[in-house]
Amino acid sequence: MRDVSLIIGGKAGDGINNAGLIVAQLLNHLGYFVYMDIDYPSLIRGGHNFAIVRAAEQPVAASRKTLDYLIALDQETVHRHYDACPECVLLANADMVKPPQDSQAISLKSILAAETAPAITGNSAMIGAFAKAAGIPWETLEAVFRRHMPKAVDLNIRVARRAYDQIRLVRAVESLNRPPRPVLSGNEAIGLGMAAGGLSAYVSYPMTPSSSLLHFLAENAEQLGMTVVHPENEIAVILMANGLSSAGIRTAVGTSGGGFCLMTEGLSLTGMAEVPLVLVVSQRTGPSTGLPTYTGQADLSFVLHAGQGEFPRFVVAPSDADEAYLWSTAAVRIAWKYQIPAFILADKTLSEGTFSLDLETEGGIPVDEPPRWDRKEPYLRYRDTRDGISPLAFYGEKDAVVKLNSYAHDEAGVSTEEAELVALMADKRLRKWDLLAEELEKQSTVNTFGPSDATTGLLCWGSCWGPCEEVASALGMKVVQPLVLSPFPKKAVAAACKGIDRLIAVEGNATAQLAALAGRYGIVAGSTILKYDGRPFTVDELLGRVKEVIV
Amino acid sequence: MARALITDAQNTWCPGCGNFSLQHTLKNILANREKEGLSLDDIVLVTGIGCHAKMADYLNINSFYAIHGRTLPVATGIKLANPDLTVICCAGDGDAYAEGLDHLIFAAKRNIDLTMIVHNNRVYGLTVGQYTPTSPLGFRGKSTPAGSAEYPFNPIELMLASGATYVARGYTKKMDLLQQLIQRGIAHKGFAFIDVLQICATFFNMTDYYTPRVYELSGHDTADFEAACMKAREWDYNRDAPIPLGLFYDQAFPTFESHYHTRPLDPEARKRRIRELIEARR
Repeated sequence: MRDVSLIIGGKAGDGINNAGLIVAQLLNHLGYFVYMDIDYPSLIRGGHNFAIVRAAEQPVAASRKTLDYLIALDQETVHRHYDACPECVLLANADMVKPPQDSQAISLKSILAAETAPAITGNSAMIGAFAKAAGIPWETLEAVFRRHMPKAVDLNIRVARRAYDQIRLVRAVESLNRPPRPVLSGNEAIGLGMAAGGLSAYVSYPMTPSSSLLHFLAENAEQLGMTVVHPENEIAVILMANGLSSAGIRTAVGTSGGGFCLMTEGLSLTGMAEVPLVLVVSQRTGPSTGLPTYTGQADLSFVLHAGQGEFPRFVVAPSDADEAYLWSTAAVRIAWKYQIPAFILADKTLSEGTFSLDLETEGGIPVDEPPRWDRKEPYLRYRDTRDGISPLAFYGEKDAVVKLNSYAHDEAGVSTEEAELVALMADKRLRKWDLLAEELEKQSTVNTFGPSDATTGLLCWGSCWGPCEEVASALGMKVVQPLVLSPFPKKAVAAACKGIDRLIAVEGNATAQLAALAGRYGIVAGSTILKYDGRPFTVDELLGRVKEVIV
Repeated sequence: MARALITDAQNTWCPGCGNFSLQHTLKNILANREKEGLSLDDIVLVTGIGCHAKMADYLNINSFYAIHGRTLPVATGIKLANPDLTVICCAGDGDAYAEGLDHLIFAAKRNIDLTMIVHNNRVYGLTVGQYTPTSPLGFRGKSTPAGSAEYPFNPIELMLASGATYVARGYTKKMDLLQQLIQRGIAHKGFAFIDVLQICATFFNMTDYYTPRVYELSGHDTADFEAACMKAREWDYNRDAPIPLGLFYDQAFPTFESHYHTRPLDPEARKRRIRELIEARR
């Protein structure tokens, strides 16, 4: 078996996320690419949490409906997932679950009593049971525990061993004999990618699904030489970030839709004052509070148009951790070179999903450093240059009077209401967008997949890439995914769509926002497959829906 | 050569505007710093939006002409980025007490080392005459033609309650005291708050009210929080009472920025540490 799917489920507070990560690491250590999606309601204790783990020979970024293993810490997990997959190997906690015939159950209570271990180590017993049933060598389990178990390693290993010895091998997962890869969440990849671009400050107010990025950077702030601040609200977040950036510190903010609503006033300031700034916006189901812990792709139009007035912005929507890393680095560099807001548009599926990192390019996407003031003439913060990019100097620099301004202003940054000058400076700002579009033409800004002679194509963005790629592979179709959404790579998208006479937009929203955007550039999706229930497409579901459309 | 302290921008304040006194005061303070051999390159002025904010255009120093109510978070970011900078905010009463009240309370709570000067003319000037959070009850403005229905709040009391470590009140017609209060505020290590009673020549000229009522605090112990609160309550911005001017409270506490160390890594160290974090996930 070389494409493995499993669910581990229990109550909130059972540590399902961490247990899922350890299971993903076991499969990673057998040489597989792994992917994990965590499904949890918005509460702290109780409720049903589950992690879907998928492991395959090739990179994966989507889950399947059919399961090979089901690891059930409670009865609810069996209720919800076993009936849909009666063929799977069920490993159950006998104290909580009435095990169906042929299943293998262990009593966590008796194992924990034998080791005088706390309840939370029960996960380790379930992992031990799974490892044995899946034929994973004990040495692999022990190595993974030693590397990735945050505390009480020896105790957890003893607990796992007891379960390992009680269970029999049922369905072996073949080892691929390949070295393990780094396994990261999308938010961690974004954080490290931004750090690689020189990010030295991150400002954020907690909001799911962006919060884990705040936590990750706060925890590693010292290691990364980063200042991480959590201010009073998102209005303060973006304004504080403007202050940090204008004083020369590469800064990003992070939020989700609701928090981004509060940031729009500051975003427009960022555009007018030409402050370099990265904004991570991770979408969840809206409108309003919506489903805080579920996914969505309904904020594309919002992010593209937020803020009064017209100013250039860069928007990239990565599909997995590799792209999140590379393009987050690029987003920081682009924000700084062009002195514009640069968005990393993610969603819950990417942010909180877990992926195998498979980075090949060390240097990433090339972007020049911004020009610096040459000190030959008095400093003008908004010097009107051919490409619109003004040389940078920062507060505190000797002999530079650095004046930033939210009002319409002259080259020195002093307010003006002169008609001609107002238009001239608007042109200056917008020229940066033209240059950015031109420079991006040299980069790969559109992902494509599938046979070049395919006449049916799926048009998607962000985290929909994973399921689209698998469905297209099964049906011999093409996939076209613009990674960069502003400035829209119209030439590259048109080239990728060449030969396609039937284009189907696949999006996680109810109004086909990418299709509308592409339509403005003459790229017309004749049909749409939309999902707006907060859950990502599974491969099976999307396959069925594409088949419905093409008959 | 000393730099020109005033830009070429045309001054558009009304004749008799209280902002002229504040501009003159700030200019004196800048000139004094130059005389002492201190560089003006390390000063950043952050303003909000309103008549006061034109200060950013008129003073020839580093500035961030921000948006309404948002001086303090911008200033906080600048100070975090570079604690060696001297950061001064000029804000209006609409800015500081209405649109950006949350930021004011948090700046005081954090004790971030910057100086907040509130040009408190108790009326919206640039939007041509509406009541503000410090207008007296019954203020007849364009949005409250029958008189405002709210009591003003007392910013001095509010700042004391919020944790500000330097709390003062000045008056634009007492310029020596004003300069002294701002200068000391800049020297204060922590959040320095100065509420400046300033007249609006066009919409709310309070000169005849303030001048006979103001008096300078003397013999007051600025380290005594309880005494500061008592003095702060002597005039509540509404009832007729003597108006104390001067320093109410002055205490040294650890500052916000001292808890942070923004130290960008060199490219090699950055690469190495990112690699370590990624490798740990293998």
